[in-house]
Amino acid sequence: MSGRDRILGRVRRALAGAPEDDTPYEQAVPRDYDRRHGERSTAETVDLLAENLVDYRAVVHRCDLAGLPALIAHLLGERDSTGVLVPPGLDASWLSATAVAQVADRADATPHELDRVDSVVTGCAVAIAETGTIVLDGSADQGRRRITLVPDHHICVVRVPDQVVSSVPEALERLVPARPLTWISGPSATSDIELDRVEGVHGPRTLEVVLVSGA
Amino acid sequence: MSTTHLGMPGLPPPAHPAFPPFPEAAHDAVRDERLRGNLRHATTTIRAKRAHAVAELEDWQRLREAGKRIKDHTLRHLDRYLVQLEEAVTAAGGTVHWALDAAEANRIVTDLVKATGEHEVVKVKSMATQEIGLNEALEAEGIRAYETDLAELIVQLGKDRPSHILVPAIHRNRGEIRDIFRTQMAAWGRPAPDDLSDTPAELAEAARLHLREKFLRAKVGVSGANFMVAETGTLVVVESEGNGRMCLTLPDTLISVVGIEKILPTWRDLEVFLQTLPRSSTAERMNPYTSMWTGTTDGDGPRDFHLVLLDNGRTDTLADDVGRQALRCIRCSACLNVCPVYERAGGHAYGSVYPGPIGAILSPQLRGTHSDIDASLPYASSLCGACYDVCPVAIDIPEVLVHLRERVVQGGEVTREGNKVVLKPAKGHGGERAAMRAARWAFSHPAVLRGGQRLASRTRRLHPRTLPGPGRAWTGTRDLPEAPAEPFRDWWQRTHGGEEDDK
Ligand code: SF4
Repeated sequence: MSGRDRILGRVRRALAGAPEDDTPYEQAVPRDYDRRHGERSTAETVDLLAENLVDYRAVVHRCDLAGLPALIAHLLGERDSTGVLVPPGLDASWLSATAVAQVADRADATPHELDRVDSVVTGCAVAIAETGTIVLDGSADQGRRRITLVPDHHICVVRVPDQVVSSVPEALERLVPARPLTWISGPSATSDIELDRVEGVHGPRTLEVVLVSGA
Repeated sequence: MSTTHLGMPGLPPPAHPAFPPFPEAAHDAVRDERLRGNLRHATTTIRAKRAHAVAELEDWQRLREAGKRIKDHTLRHLDRYLVQLEEAVTAAGGTVHWALDAAEANRIVTDLVKATGEHEVVKVKSMATQEIGLNEALEAEGIRAYETDLAELIVQLGKDRPSHILVPAIHRNRGEIRDIFRTQMAAWGRPAPDDLSDTPAELAEAARLHLREKFLRAKVGVSGANFMVAETGTLVVVESEGNGRMCLTLPDTLISVVGIEKILPTWRDLEVFLQTLPRSSTAERMNPYTSMWTGTTDGDGPRDFHLVLLDNGRTDTLADDVGRQALRCIRCSACLNVCPVYERAGGHAYGSVYPGPIGAILSPQLRGTHSDIDASLPYASSLCGACYDVCPVAIDIPEVLVHLRERVVQGGEVTREGNKVVLKPAKGHGGERAAMRAARWAFSHPAVLRGGQRLASRTRRLHPRTLPGPGRAWTGTRDLPEAPAEPFRDWWQRTHGGEEDDK
């Protein structure tokens, strides 16, 4: 007998004595918890996102669409970045004001090659105000997971208010499970040494989130 | 299905014969001032933070109830959801393997790694792979497994054992960590800088550089998972450092070893656990990184994905109608951080990868109560109930402890490796003596009892008039007072007036 059959057989025997239960799943679980916490206007929701991002040590900037290229150029310049990774579908105008070398993500680029690039600029799929989270789903303006992982500096552009939701339940509704998803809440961190929080272990040590309006 | 009568000595050897029973290990830990200091600092800090994070959500109790019900429903129909998960993962390009026990799981993973021709793997912290001793099994086949979680790295370099689910090196302070890095890193790869100081930032930087070369060249990653969604075939890993993302994204081959109880029926169910898990474990609104993947994705991440579904005692646990609630556990470690016994005894005393209150009910069920350590674990508690109060899936740990005590003492029918067996009472065997010493240890440390926070109304139900078994032996023929109408710790304080207080 295969391991599969043996395990399924054991599960069925273990449950043989359990009371019958044919409650449909929709009724088996009470969903009386809140869809979101508190009532806020759209502007307040965006403010809460900014507040929670900062609380977990992301750097937050705000601008309108017209100001975006200059802001990105400024942020790359501030870090003395020599190269910036560009996802295939990123709006080219976002990088129109910077002279920093743009590196396209090639399918065969090795992790070592990515490691030599200082920064990466992406969009996002959704941002969650209550938790200060941005979610990437591998769309063309975000690229493969590795390009937002290996460089040490990640600039993530969030279109507000369209891409902002209040809560985790609202975010899950918007996401497509089949896509590879990365939820990011602040830069990488560890509290493994005497529970002192240290920012920046393996993921990008600097996370800058640009809340861009009018996009 | 056969029913066999087994006496304690006739049972198979314990999984970890080297572990002393709980009270002896706990005794050593209590004398270790440094360990106690580290533990007290850590658990006190995280307790306060967790309470704050939980208080932010006014629907906490409703989320907790939903989490409990989702898990109970899943366990009740586990066969159906396992099959559904397998179909979804396979449809998304993954390969599903089934492992009845640790040996089978280790063989499957070893064969998969060998098939890639590689001799090293990078690992993201996973309780399941620790439980089965995967690193040792790989080592025996000439494959090196690199732990990449900072705390796991500290444990691995220090040739040590984890002592906390979430912060496995909680028993090490910064000075010790620096010494371990200085003396051991070179043997595993990039050495630590000579002038390494003991500031957490510098230590983390040393770990970053040491591990980075491994991530960038890794061809095989090994992980566990916090959740698996049956409906979509999605796996979820929740982490902080980014080592998880590295292991899940950069290698060509990903092998995930996951206990069969980690299933959630639907995508939507994540909305409950992604709110309760981070707040319960690291006391954050959200942990820094959560990765979700469904099979394989062209051009992004591993080309080959293998899911190894692990039983290893879980179906035996499922067969116990009181004990099966332990399978709801999402490994948040909140119960460790509030446990007065854990705080004083430390994680190593539990002799298992699962320490603290959850370990005290999970290990004896996964492994059976035939070893001294596993027979004594259900006694490593004052039944104060603080663990139940914080548990995000409402596991009634005291209830299961009492149930397992009865099992140790009175014997009875249990399921072992899929077969019903009847345990004889532990009387006269090593298990009984070990259990008795554990009970005495807990009772003779008033500070342990005092640490409990439970109100009388709940403790009363759980304190039978005579303590079952070893407790009974210890209390002689005297009955305990009629259900004390006051918290147990207060009752102890009053009747034992602070004598024997071990500070
Ligand atoms: S038993 Fe509950 S509190 Fe303890 S680790 Fe598991 S889920 Fe967390």
